[in-house]
Amino acid sequence: MLAVFKREFKSYFTNPLGFVILAIFYFLLGYLFSGYYSMGAPYVEYAVLGIAQILLIVVPAITMRLFSDERRTKTDQVLFTAPVKLINIVLGKFFAAFVLYALGFAPTIIYQIIVSAYVSVNLFYYIYALVGILLFGAALIAIGMFVSSLTESPITSIIFTLVVNVFIMISGGLANGITAPSATTWYTKVWAWIVERFADFVGGMNFLAVLDSFGNQAFSVKDVVYFISITVAFIFLTERSLEKRRWS
Amino acid sequence: MIEVTGLSKRYGTYLAVENVSFSISKGEVVGFLGPNGAGKSTIMNILTGYLSLTQGKVTIDGFDVAENPEEAKRRIGYLPELPPLYTDMKVREYLNFVYDLKKVKFPKKPHIDEIMRLVRIDHVQNRLIKNLSKGYRQRVGFAQALIGNPDVLILDEPTVGLDPQQIIEIRNLITRLGKNHTIILSSHILSEIQAVCDRIIIINYGEIIADDLQDNLSEKLSTDHSLVARVICDERDMLAALKSVKGVKDVTALGKKETGAYDFEIIPEDGADVRAGISSRVAERKKQLLSLTSSRLTLEQIFLKLTQAPNNDEARRMLGLDKIEEDVSNEEEGIIIEMPEEITVEEGEQ
Repeated sequence: MLAVFKREFKSYFTNPLGFVILAIFYFLLGYLFSGYYSMGAPYVEYAVLGIAQILLIVVPAITMRLFSDERRTKTDQVLFTAPVKLINIVLGKFFAAFVLYALGFAPTIIYQIIVSAYVSVNLFYYIYALVGILLFGAALIAIGMFVSSLTESPITSIIFTLVVNVFIMISGGLANGITAPSATTWYTKVWAWIVERFADFVGGMNFLAVLDSFGNQAFSVKDVVYFISITVAFIFLTERSLEKRRWS
Repeated sequence: MIEVTGLSKRYGTYLAVENVSFSISKGEVVGFLGPNGAGKSTIMNILTGYLSLTQGKVTIDGFDVAENPEEAKRRIGYLPELPPLYTDMKVREYLNFVYDLKKVKFPKKPHIDEIMRLVRIDHVQNRLIKNLSKGYRQRVGFAQALIGNPDVLILDEPTVGLDPQQIIEIRNLITRLGKNHTIILSSHILSEIQAVCDRIIIINYGEIIADDLQDNLSEKLSTDHSLVARVICDERDMLAALKSVKGVKDVTALGKKETGAYDFEIIPEDGADVRAGISSRVAERKKQLLSLTSSRLTLEQIFLKLTQAPNNDEARRMLGLDKIEEDVSNEEEGIIIEMPEEITVEEGEQ
């Protein structure tokens, strides 16, 4: 797992991709923080949670190559014929992407240090927001990695991941837009029930709403479990999808 | 060392490998020979655990590749058809990665140094793989397979795309490694297999059609022998003259090949050596014999014929591996009869 992690992480920096992604993170965080700061709200957590929408677009670029490129260049043959469990390869790659993502938030530590020198701030709020955005990222990376394992080209992978992420982005609005018909007879009642459940499902995809609650400054097990379970589910699905490929 | 029983692999409805069984003992160097698309790579990918199998059982050193894949994989070094190289890495960096990935126990630096020396890539160790030529990439791929010093080496067309000098080098390397490794090597180039392998397994249409030691196989395959004589003469007279030589079964005129010279194919009776008789007969007629060559089908030619066979029964017949002796004139009819049989068998399977 460590070998795969090291190689994958290094590979982000053998081409401009890793640098470009970090630059986007640093620019946006700096931009947002200075914006809030000049508005008299020197809270780093605002900036941390504020870039979530844009991350839905950036994260697919981190995950697009994870498995699709290996398959295209046949380098997966060295991975899958090595005496290593498939899940360890998947985890190695997942963590490489995740560490790159987490590095994107490194400068916020400096912001926090500077801010706490001048203003009295509650460190918990910042840490809790950071935990939230990292869990949010982990879920997005797991989904992107899964899509990547289904395709043979990074372009297809990034496009499909973007479609999924755009759906996540608009799911809140979509769920509100779905209204159940007024129910009078038993079959309209059944229909209304189906529509409501569907709206629940779409609403359940609203990562951004869950992430918002990490800014509410009260620890919630439910929200943490939400992102972790999505992450674990998609890591598992990635492993299955790679295993399935051997059988077809 | 390697035991394969009843191995089949199906891609969707396409049967790529059908009921293949063989066993390879420690220290053997075995060549998989077959035309493109015969199923060689598929079998190798299954042995190395890259692909699953549809049916059958594969064990490496007693470890089942399906049930205990890690132990089985630990014993295999695999060089796929396209070397699995990360082109954005440097040679040494890549080999270090493979070393870590395979969880090798040997001391790292000396082990990798030794392998790089063995395949002669030590002078490119700090170059990016993407800047290396095909030959060097192939060697890096080879080095990758050798890391961890596995007992079994599986090499899928190891010399493809190399220049003649490199081919010789790689062959020598395989011969050297063959002394203390079990090696499976695939190729569609016969001379390569002949050069390095003790034993040959011929695969065609996903089936094994021959599995024997090289010497036995050569003997079996090259039963068909005739002579070709080139003589400066008058074609018709010489044809009659040659036919009357003692021990000659039949002579066919092959036409004019050089100015004034004609070729004749001479089929001797079984076991008869007619060379002396032919040369003295030509001399008697005061003609000049330019050459007398054996037109014994080389393995290469037989193999070429094999790849053109419409099905495996036909291929076996071409190789003379079927036990049924048939008259040459019936052969064409034979194909027509064989074909529907082959189809019904496949339908029954599905």
